[in-house]
Amino acid sequence: MVAPLQHIIAVAGLLFSIGVLGVLFRRNAIIVFMSIEIMLNAVNLAFVAFSRYHGNIDGQVFVFFSMTLAAAEVAVGLAIMVALFRNLKTTDISKISSLKY
Amino acid sequence: MIGDYLPILFVFLLAAGFALGALGLTHVVGPRIKTRVKLSAYESGVDPVGPTHSRLNVRYFLIGLVFIIFDLEVVFLYPWAVIFREQAAQGPFILYEMLFFLVVLLVGYLYIWRKGVFEWE
Amino acid sequence: MGSADILSTLPELVLIATALLLLVMESAAEPHRELLAATALGGLAIALVTALGYGADGLYYSGMLQVDPYARFVSALALVLAALAIMVAVPYLRRTLEERGEYYSLMLFATVGMLLMVKAQDLTMVFLGLELLSIPLYVLAGFYRHRSSSNEAGLKYLLLGAFAAGFFLFGIALLYGSTGTTSYSGMAQAINSGTELSRVLTLAGFGLLLVGFAFKVALAPFHMYAPDVYEGAPTSMSAFLSTGPKLAGFATLLKLIAVVFAGTMVHWWTAIWILAALTMTVGNLAALRQDSLKRMLAYSSVAHAGYLALAILVTNYDSGFAMLFYLTVYVLTTLAAFGIVSLLEEGEESAMPGVEACKGLARRNPWLAAAFTLALLSLAGFPPTAGFLGKFFLFNATLDAGYLWLVILAVLNSLVSVYYYLRPVVAMYMQPGKNTSALPIPRMLIPALLALAVVALGAGFIPAPLVHATASAISAIL
Repeated sequence: MVAPLQHIIAVAGLLFSIGVLGVLFRRNAIIVFMSIEIMLNAVNLAFVAFSRYHGNIDGQVFVFFSMTLAAAEVAVGLAIMVALFRNLKTTDISKISSLKY
Repeated sequence: MIGDYLPILFVFLLAAGFALGALGLTHVVGPRIKTRVKLSAYESGVDPVGPTHSRLNVRYFLIGLVFIIFDLEVVFLYPWAVIFREQAAQGPFILYEMLFFLVVLLVGYLYIWRKGVFEWE
Repeated sequence: MGSADILSTLPELVLIATALLLLVMESAAEPHRELLAATALGGLAIALVTALGYGADGLYYSGMLQVDPYARFVSALALVLAALAIMVAVPYLRRTLEERGEYYSLMLFATVGMLLMVKAQDLTMVFLGLELLSIPLYVLAGFYRHRSSSNEAGLKYLLLGAFAAGFFLFGIALLYGSTGTTSYSGMAQAINSGTELSRVLTLAGFGLLLVGFAFKVALAPFHMYAPDVYEGAPTSMSAFLSTGPKLAGFATLLKLIAVVFAGTMVHWWTAIWILAALTMTVGNLAALRQDSLKRMLAYSSVAHAGYLALAILVTNYDSGFAMLFYLTVYVLTTLAAFGIVSLLEEGEESAMPGVEACKGLARRNPWLAAAFTLALLSLAGFPPTAGFLGKFFLFNATLDAGYLWLVILAVLNSLVSVYYYLRPVVAMYMQPGKNTSALPIPRMLIPALLALAVVALGAGFIPAPLVHATASAISAIL
């Protein structure tokens, strides 16, 4: 049985919302990062679902790009976090606030 | 016209409700019995000794990062391989494209090598 | 597929080759660091020549990219901007002993991202260009890895940028779901003929795309990161951060709306109206309270994004022309202003120069003070500078489209902005400074100052050449 398009898009929407809430409420930079990954994966799910619905593979190709982007962002993010941790000894974003007005 | 927007509103409400609901539910339903034993870290029944966060060597991260990047770049070889035969009939352009891509990766590889990412010391 | 495609992306290929060469140079056993900047500038110069001169207009790479006068104009501006940003950076990097090949290499990659964004004829390319622009900038914002302020700027920029990319991608996914394609022409056809899956999906997709763009160009309420990031980043980088993404973002958004969403924009008018009004007000009011020059310029850049959003709201020939004119003046002026601020940052490494750092500058370096005054007056929109003309064109186009109240608000905002733009000017000319010895002005900064003079004063007095260039560029898409 194939799940109808609406159901898959609803799941994608739910995942995306969970990711957004995670970004907004979590304090640890690594967890915030994981929430962003959830958002991107929700997008991938939507792309694949739409791709199947329309019967063209443009959406699936896009998923490759968005996965590469996610990897690149993680790589850069972890590198910055390692540098930050060396200086400040924390990854709690509520404590990283020397630049406030 | 405005009626058309109702489904999307419902999806948003459902999405927000689900996420907030799940967060709230764990707060309400989850029992909280805090004893000293319960708050201590689980170490297979053995009393925990020392701090739980042992720091990993930063090399692990570096190797991990390099792996993620190169692992994912390979993904682009597959769709290329699928259409290679039909495109190659029209000329070698498709081959040059992939060679260019690989040269870019190679320079990146050379760079991290020279910068000592693979030196496990 | 073939040589015509390669020719159409020659500037990008030249830049990528140069960027790779820089990495190789950097990883040599004994890197010749003094050659790095020259190599990068050489690559940019060749790219500029090829961007203007080579290849015919048209669609390339199976309709992924389009070369037209609009793309050529914005590309040329982006290349000039990147070259000036590198020149501003050289003395700063050398003084702080942080000159490394990665800086220039990443700058070139970011520039390639900008070029791809404006050439894009497909949301896939827009997305790739946007990320190729953003990811190097995350690294560059955190480039001074031993400064915790720079780390923090990098992390904030990265987290919010990645968050925005999520919205951007979800928007693309919904648009793809609705129209079954990601190409501009395919989407436009589906939307205009009403054969899309659902109008609601299209509108939701465009809304999410707009949120993604709003983050990148720092429109309120998505601007929160901008002041922190621009302040914490190395000053030479703030110069590029506050101009490059805005240039590419606005240019791409205008093209996207003009080509694809012109018919469905009606539903988003109110939202963009509010974004524009909120952005200029928040930016200007917050800038009033700033003492740090970098933070003041950061909020000023937010305010300018608000003015530029007026053009997005209207999206017709007049507003598009005004936007390009305004963008040209804005990016070169802001770049020079940040360049001058980076000079004032003497002594302590991470010191953030405040308004008091300007005191007595007119006596120490009369020419530098004059240049800074010119930049600030142009940003404030004083006649006869080009900043005034840009505002005039922009507000006039908005007024003609019938947004009277928005224009009144924008004019009031411009008046408010005069206060904070004039504070450093007053400090430079009216207040004596502790230090009276002249600051050494690095030779590399002079091209940026000349560009400032040409665009702010030259285009103010003799606007015809710039007007012709922008008008012919914009007629390609509107």
